Amino acid sequence: MMRLPWFRFHAPTSIAEAARILAAEGPEAMLIAGGTDLLPNMKRRHQTPKTLVSLRHVQELRRSANGAGLALGAGMTLSQVVATPAVRAQYAALWEAAAQIATPHLRNMGTLGGNVCLDTRCTYYNQNHEWRKAIDFCMKKDGEICWVATASKRCLAMSSTDTAPALIALGAIARLVSADAEREVALADLYRNDGIDYLTRRADEIVTEVRLPESAGWSSSYWKLRRRGAFDFPVLGVAAAVKRAKDGTVEDARIVLGAVASRPLVIDAAKKLVGKKLDDDAIAAAGAAAASRAKPMDNADLDLYWRKGVVSAFVGYALKQIRGDNMRATRTRVARHELREVA
Amino acid sequence: MTKKRFETIGKPRRRVDGRAKVTGQTRFADDIVLPRMLHCKLLRSPHPHALIESINIARAEQHPGVHLVLTGKDFPVPFGILPVSQDEYPLAPRHVRYVGDPIAAVIAKDEQVATEALELIEVRYQPLETIASPEEALAKPEPRIHDYGEQGNIHRLQAFEFGDVDEALENSAHVFEDVFFFEGNTHLPIEQHAAVAAPDGEGKLVLWSSTQVPHYIHRALAKALQMSPAHVRVIACPNGGGFGGKCDLHNHEIVVSRAALRLGRPVKLCLNREEVFYMHRGRHPVLMKMRTGVGQDGKLTGMHVQTLLDGGGYGSYGTASTFYTGALQTVTYELPRYKFDACRTFTNKPPCGPKRGHGTPQPRFGQEVQLDKIAEKLGLDPAAFRLNMIAKPDTLTANWLKIGTIGLAECIRQVVERSGWNERRGKMPPGRGLGLACGAYLCGAGLPIYWNKMPQSGVQLLLDRSGQVTVFCGATEIGQGSDDVLAAIVAEVLGIDPYEVRCLTGDTGLTPVDLGSYSSRVTVMMGNAAIQAANKVRAQLAQAAAEQLEVLPDQLAFARGRVFALQDANRSMTFREAVEYAEAKFGTLGAVGSYTPPRSPGRYKGAGVGPSPAYSYTACVVEAEVDEATGWITIAKIWTAHDIGQTINPVLARGQVEGSVYMGLGEALMEEQVFRRLPPKMSGALVHKIPSLLEYKSITSLDMPEMDTVLVEDPDPNCPFGAKEVGQGPLLPVPPAVANAVYAAIGVRIDELPITPDKVLRALEKKAQGEAPRVGPERFPAVPYPAPLQVAPPWEGGDGKEAPDGTRRPRRKEAVAS
Repeated sequence: MMRLPWFRFHAPTSIAEAARILAAEGPEAMLIAGGTDLLPNMKRRHQTPKTLVSLRHVQELRRSANGAGLALGAGMTLSQVVATPAVRAQYAALWEAAAQIATPHLRNMGTLGGNVCLDTRCTYYNQNHEWRKAIDFCMKKDGEICWVATASKRCLAMSSTDTAPALIALGAIARLVSADAEREVALADLYRNDGIDYLTRRADEIVTEVRLPESAGWSSSYWKLRRRGAFDFPVLGVAAAVKRAKDGTVEDARIVLGAVASRPLVIDAAKKLVGKKLDDDAIAAAGAAAASRAKPMDNADLDLYWRKGVVSAFVGYALKQIRGDNMRATRTRVARHELREVA
Repeated sequence: MTKKRFETIGKPRRRVDGRAKVTGQTRFADDIVLPRMLHCKLLRSPHPHALIESINIARAEQHPGVHLVLTGKDFPVPFGILPVSQDEYPLAPRHVRYVGDPIAAVIAKDEQVATEALELIEVRYQPLETIASPEEALAKPEPRIHDYGEQGNIHRLQAFEFGDVDEALENSAHVFEDVFFFEGNTHLPIEQHAAVAAPDGEGKLVLWSSTQVPHYIHRALAKALQMSPAHVRVIACPNGGGFGGKCDLHNHEIVVSRAALRLGRPVKLCLNREEVFYMHRGRHPVLMKMRTGVGQDGKLTGMHVQTLLDGGGYGSYGTASTFYTGALQTVTYELPRYKFDACRTFTNKPPCGPKRGHGTPQPRFGQEVQLDKIAEKLGLDPAAFRLNMIAKPDTLTANWLKIGTIGLAECIRQVVERSGWNERRGKMPPGRGLGLACGAYLCGAGLPIYWNKMPQSGVQLLLDRSGQVTVFCGATEIGQGSDDVLAAIVAEVLGIDPYEVRCLTGDTGLTPVDLGSYSSRVTVMMGNAAIQAANKVRAQLAQAAAEQLEVLPDQLAFARGRVFALQDANRSMTFREAVEYAEAKFGTLGAVGSYTPPRSPGRYKGAGVGPSPAYSYTACVVEAEVDEATGWITIAKIWTAHDIGQTINPVLARGQVEGSVYMGLGEALMEEQVFRRLPPKMSGALVHKIPSLLEYKSITSLDMPEMDTVLVEDPDPNCPFGAKEVGQGPLLPVPPAVANAVYAAIGVRIDELPITPDKVLRALEKKAQGEAPRVGPERFPAVPYPAPLQVAPPWEGGDGKEAPDGTRRPRRKEAVAS
C-alpha cells in the first residue's frame, strides 16, 4: 500500500493548547481532525507536514449550542451534524449537504471544520507522486504549469466542499482562533478563488466554530451532482436559501454554487428574486443567471460542458423544493437513494 | 437429459467457504506473513514510450534496510502468457511501453524503506514518440512498440469468411450497417494482486499468489526463472475477485521469486491500487463495424463484423481476445453466412487482456443494438424478432461451432413475461422505456492456451476409515464458489453432506492439474472430472457395502450420509462404515478423474477459439428512465433469465448473475479505463486518467436497481448434472439492453459505451436540430485486413477445413476498408 511520510504528532486537549502548538511549530505544521482527506493526500505527498496537531481530543470543538441561531463546533463529525435535530429542522441545506458527503464511514470520521477547509481538488493533482511525476507535476504541487488550462496564471483546482455552499447560503459565520487572537468572518470571506491559496485562514488559525443565524422565515435546500449515490465529491453543488413573507413574496435570497470554481461561488443575481414570488419564470431566470457564472473545468468527473449545462436545472430543483414542490422522486433519482433514510 | 431428483445439487446452501470469508478468516495472499520476510516495491516508468539509456542503483543499494535491487539485466528471459506473445520482461531492460511499466525492484526490510529507495534509483530515458490510439498505431508504423507482430504497430490481423457474405447481403431485402464503440474498462477486484515467494532451503521455490491460473503460472514461472518445474510450487490463494485480471503471469510474481531465491528469504509484494490499474489486462476498447442482411422472412441472411482493438503495450491474451471479438456472434441466432475481420494494435498504455466475457461483450453490444434497430425499422417486436430466429439445438454454426442445448427462447419468454414487456412496451410515460438484449457464452474454452492432448481438469479423491473425504483439484477459488461446486458434486455422488468434504485446491505441488478459473470452465470441466473420480470411489464403497448388506452393488443407494439397500431401507450402514469395509477390502482408498472437452468439428486454422462443450444463454430486459432536461439516466429495474442447464447451488448462481448484471451495468453507464494525453507540443505524457477507486467510477450498492433473476434449467448432456456456466454470460446482454432501453425512453441512439448523460443530451440536441439522433463513432478507419480464410459453412458442403489457396475468391474492395 502507499505509506504515509514520517511526521510528529501532537494531541492537545484544548483549543488554547492546540493554538499554542500550532504557533510554535510554524507553517510546517498542519491540523488534522478526521483525517479522511488529509491522510490519503499525505500518502500521495500532496501535503507533507513535519507535524500534525490533532483536534480529535479537543472536546470544546465538538459541542453544538442553540441560542440566537445555532452554533456548531468545527470538530463535530458530519454524522453528528446530520444527527443534530436543529440542523434537520431549521437548516435543511446544511443537513442535505452533510448527509450526502462521501459515505457513512467517512462521515463518522470527517468533521464539519474539515469539510469547510477541504483541500481543492483536480484530477491532475489528486494522483499519487509517481503519476504526477509522469506529467512533470502541476503548479499546485511541485510543478509550474496548470495542465487544466496551460495559459492560466493561477491554479484552477476546484472547491469540493459540500457544506460550505450550504453554510454560506444560510449566512454562516466562522470563528477563527490563534494563540494570540480570535476573529469572526462571514463564511463566504473564508475563501479565495485560487486553487492553491484557497482559504483566507492563516496557518496559525484554527476554525473552531460555525455559527448560523436565526432561521425564522427562511427555507433552504442543497442539491448535489455526482456520478454515484455515495463516495463522490460534488461536481456541482447548489445551495439556496430564501426568506419569504407570509404571502410568498421573496424578502431575501441567496444562491451559492459549489464545485464550479476554486471557491464557493455566490450568485449575486439571486437578489433579483427579492420582491417576486417563486414562480417558474423567476426560478428559470435565477437558474440561467447562475449557469452563466459557473465555470466548470476539465479537471473533475463528467463532461464539463454538460456540468455547466445542468446548473440551471439544479438551481431549479433547489428553488422548487423551497417553494414547496414535491421533489422527492427527482431527489431520489439524482441522489440515487431516498435522502431521508440517510440519517 | 432427464431431470433427476438430487439431494445437494440445486438446493440453496451457504457456500462451504462462506463462514471463513464473512468472518475475515480466509487467508488471502497479502495475509501471509512469514518469518524473516522482506518486502518488494517496483520502480515504474514515468514515460509512456522510451528507451532506457542508463540505470544507476548504487545509492538505492546503500540505503539502510535495503537488501537487494534488481533491474532488467537480472531477468534475461522474456515471458508472456500465450506462447505466441513472449513479449514481456519482469523488469524492462531497455524499452518501456507505458506509464507504469516496471523497470527496477527494491527488496527491503519494509515497504516504507523500499519505497524510499525507489527514489534513489537514477534512470536516464530517451523518450520515443507516443502512440496513443489504434488510429495512431495504424497511421504510424514507426516507432514500433514491438519488433514483432504483423507490421508497424499492428499486433494481430485475422480474417475469416464462412460463405460468401457479400453475395448474401446483395441478395438481402435489407442491409444494415452500423459502427459502434465499446470503451475499455478494468476488472476492479477488491483484492489487489499480492504474491509471496519463499525458498524452501533446498533451492526450491514456493509462490503464494492471487492468481486465477496456478498451472499456467507454474509453467511460465519455471520457464522465466529457468528452473525445473519440479522445483517450483505455485499456490493460488483464494482471490478477492479476479474477473480475468489475475490470469496472466505478472511481472511482480517473477520478481519476488527471483529475489527470494537470491536472498534465501521470503519476499512479498502487494500492488497498490494505482499499480493494479497499470497491471490491467482488462477489457479491450473495440471499435466495430457491423453489416447485417435481413431477408423478407425477418431472418438474418449474413453478417460481416469488423473490429479494431486497442491492445495497449503488450500481447497478454490479446491474440485470443482478438479472435473472441468475432467467434461467438454465430451461436445465438441462425446465421447462414458470416465473415469477420479483426485487428489488434499496440499502443503506449497498460496492456489489455481478458475481462469477464473476454472479447465477446463488445461485439455483443454492437450486435444486439443493431438487432434493435433492425426490429424497429422492420416494425417487428424485438423479442418476437429474436424468437423467430434462435439457433437450433444440436446444430453447427456457420463457423463450425457445435451448439448443444439452447435455452434462449425460454430465457426471452421469461424476461418478457416478468417485465410486462407485451403490456407495457411503447405505452410507458415519456422518458421511460424497456430494452431487451440477449447473449451467449462459453462453458469453458475448448482448447488450452498451449497445445497438448492432456486433460484440462483432473480431480483426485482421498477417503479413509475416519469417513473423511478430501478432494484435490488444481481449480482455483476466486470468489466464484469453485470449492463449493467441487464439494457439492462429490457430496451428491457419495450421498454425504457437502460440508463433510474437504477441498484442497489450486496448489501445483499437491493437486492434479486444472487449467484454472477462466473462460467459465470450472463447473463443467472440474465437475465432470469430479463426477468421474467420485463414481470410481462410489463403486468401491458399493462393492464392499453390498457384501455386508447382502445385496447387489447396484441395488444400493447413497444418501444422507448412509448407504442402504434400495428395496429395504432397514438394511443400511453409515457412510463411514462403508468406507471402513472398503478400506479393509481394497486397501487405501482413492480415485482420480479427468476431463477433456470433445473435439471441435472446425478444422481450419483459427478454429481453436470459440469451441466449448456447451454454451450458456441469457436474456435481459432493462427499464430505464431518462430525464430530457439533464440526460440523467436512472435504471429502474433489470430482469435477467439465464440458461444455466442445471443449478448446482442457487445462492451462488444467483450471486453470479447479479454480479454479472452489476458489472455489465457499470460498463454500460460509467466504467472506463481512459487516458489523458497532455498537449503534445508541451509533453509526451499519456497517463491513466483516473487510476483510483474513487475516480474510476464503478457502481455502488446505492446505484443498483432492483434485479429480477430467473435461472432457466435445461440440463446439457456434456455438463456435470447438466450444469452450464453462470459466471460470465449474464454480463453480455446488459450493456445493449441499457442502450436499447435508453432509445425506447427518449428516442436517441447512444452507439458507444459508456452511455453517459452528456452523450444523451448531445443526442437530444441533435434530434431537436433535425439531425440523426445518435451519438457514436462516425467512421471506421481503413485497416489492412488480409484476404479472409475461406471456410464453407456446414450447409454449403464444407468439411470444417479452409478452402485450398487456389480456390479462394479474390478480395473485394468494399470488404477491406470503407
